Amino acid sequence: MYTRTYKTAVAVPPLLWVSTFLLLAYLLLFLHSFWSVQDGQIVHHWSLSNYRTLATQPLYLEVLWRSTKIAGAVTLLSLALGYPLAYYLSFYSRRKMLLYQLVIIPLWVSYLVRAYAWKTILGSDGVLNTLLQYVHLTDAPVSALLYSPFAVILTLTHIYTPFAFLPIFAALEHIPRHLVESSSDLGASPRQTFWRVVMPLSLPGVIAGATFAFVLSLGDFLAPLLVGGSSGIMISNVVVSLFGAAYDWPLGAAVSLAMLLLVLLLLWLTESLEKRWSHA
Amino acid sequence: MPATDTSALLSIRSVTKRFGRTTVLRGLSLDVAEREFLTVLGESGSGKTTLLRLIAGFEPLDSGEIWMAGERLDTLPPYRRNVNTVFQQYALFPHLDCFENVAYGLRVRGVPKTEIEARVQDALAMVKMTSWTRSLPAKISGGQQQRVALARALVNRPRLLLLDEPLSALDANLRRQMQTELKSLQREVGISFVFVTHDQEEAMAISDRIALMRAGTLEQVASPEEIYARPKTAYAASFIGQTNLLHGQVQGGRAVVGSWEWPCSQPDGPATFSLRPENLLLASQEQPGNGVVRLHARVHDQVFQGAARIVRLQCEEVTLTARVPASEELRENEIFVFSPDDAVPVKDHHAGGQQE
Repeated sequence: MYTRTYKTAVAVPPLLWVSTFLLLAYLLLFLHSFWSVQDGQIVHHWSLSNYRTLATQPLYLEVLWRSTKIAGAVTLLSLALGYPLAYYLSFYSRRKMLLYQLVIIPLWVSYLVRAYAWKTILGSDGVLNTLLQYVHLTDAPVSALLYSPFAVILTLTHIYTPFAFLPIFAALEHIPRHLVESSSDLGASPRQTFWRVVMPLSLPGVIAGATFAFVLSLGDFLAPLLVGGSSGIMISNVVVSLFGAAYDWPLGAAVSLAMLLLVLLLLWLTESLEKRWSHA
Repeated sequence: MPATDTSALLSIRSVTKRFGRTTVLRGLSLDVAEREFLTVLGESGSGKTTLLRLIAGFEPLDSGEIWMAGERLDTLPPYRRNVNTVFQQYALFPHLDCFENVAYGLRVRGVPKTEIEARVQDALAMVKMTSWTRSLPAKISGGQQQRVALARALVNRPRLLLLDEPLSALDANLRRQMQTELKSLQREVGISFVFVTHDQEEAMAISDRIALMRAGTLEQVASPEEIYARPKTAYAASFIGQTNLLHGQVQGGRAVVGSWEWPCSQPDGPATFSLRPENLLLASQEQPGNGVVRLHARVHDQVFQGAARIVRLQCEEVTLTARVPASEELRENEIFVFSPDDAVPVKDHHAGGQQE
């Protein structure tokens, strides 16, 4: 048994850390969202005006909706890429660990570098446009490639697919192989085995992967900043500019809380889904 | 009793299987009759589970053929074989309740819903699991999971049921009970069972025939009674039940082991004999006489077993084990006898004895 002093000594620093940098920060954010700015000063008058602005100004809802759509697209694409890859690796690959490492290694490369790489690929003088012109598919550079929601989705998918892949791979690895044999033994074709046994048993991993991809890309602000242009702006960019150039911390706080609410709602939803599908 | 039907349902012909450089099955041939309860018995690593997996179709063979009911089996994928398996780890689908687990095979084959309902209920009733229809596998005990696994296999009405050490995870009492139930279930449904185990007592208790495996080949295939009374090899004799192995010679129609001799029809040369402990009798129990072999023994130690006593004896240079009624009081020196008929000549691969 540990002594009381030992337990306290171990527990206090992390508790302090969490309360200062998380709970206190959220509290400040929450308070700010009810204040306002007058003549470049934050005034501590309680009102719901920030939330009213949020609800009535189409700009915020539009950007929030666009961010949700982009995050949704990234999630679907990451799953569409990550699941088959994880399935192949887990069930058929003979060099499982090597390929696994190849999927993981990009995570060690700086996010900024990977996002920037897409800028050089998609730009007007970029690799892709040069290639397209070289093979005479186009005469002039296609400018729509860069600075668009498409570029954001592409970049975010590239960055977050490993995050979707990992939990799916882990879930697939945990499926006992004799269940697959048993299914086949009972007369199920490989396709039936996949849809009736493998897929349902890997769903917790799919949910976890989807949550990662969605939440991370919803709050992303570097990719839209680098490759999004004005049509690819996402909600985090708005928050950044409200806290920065616009110096409207209260409105920024309200937008942040709206996002937080959205993410919490999503987490609650996935958690209840996961509970429903767990069989222990 | 061995199955009376002589036509083979399953025919395994010169099957060889290798994993990398290890040969797991060496040209093994075996027939299984209709309605037969055949047990494949062997130590771990003898290849018995591999044999089962080849029949089920989970592994390809390297050479040889497997036929069932006049059709080639080994070229079909597992899901096209009219064979079902009960796995050692039960392998119930954790996301499906008992009913859906049992219904699985019928659903994937597109059996009509009303028929599925009836057949699943029947199958669950057969294994006494109707009260747990909507329970998930994780919520029921190991023994119950075993029953559901059995129902899930039998509901498909296979020609042949394969069982891979299905009772090994159960405790001793439940195990004996399930052995009896399995046996009567097999009679009831009238299909062939191929049952894999490493437990010789279990094999003796439930089988029509035992196929004893050793290092990828069959050591002996016979009924439990026969394999016990007339083991063909020293290995079979000592793996199934306890035995004393006597190493000696055959010379001109007489077996010679140390100073003991008895008539023997084996050809001349080195020979090994298996003598069961219960066939070594106290001279005082036996009517004096006709052609029995007498041994002067010093009693080493005794283990009381209730009805009987297991006694270790020093007879000349050999140590022998005898099984005597517990009521017998033993002195330090006793005379034991055995009948020459009970000394069964066996092939002994190690002693370089009788070889083919």
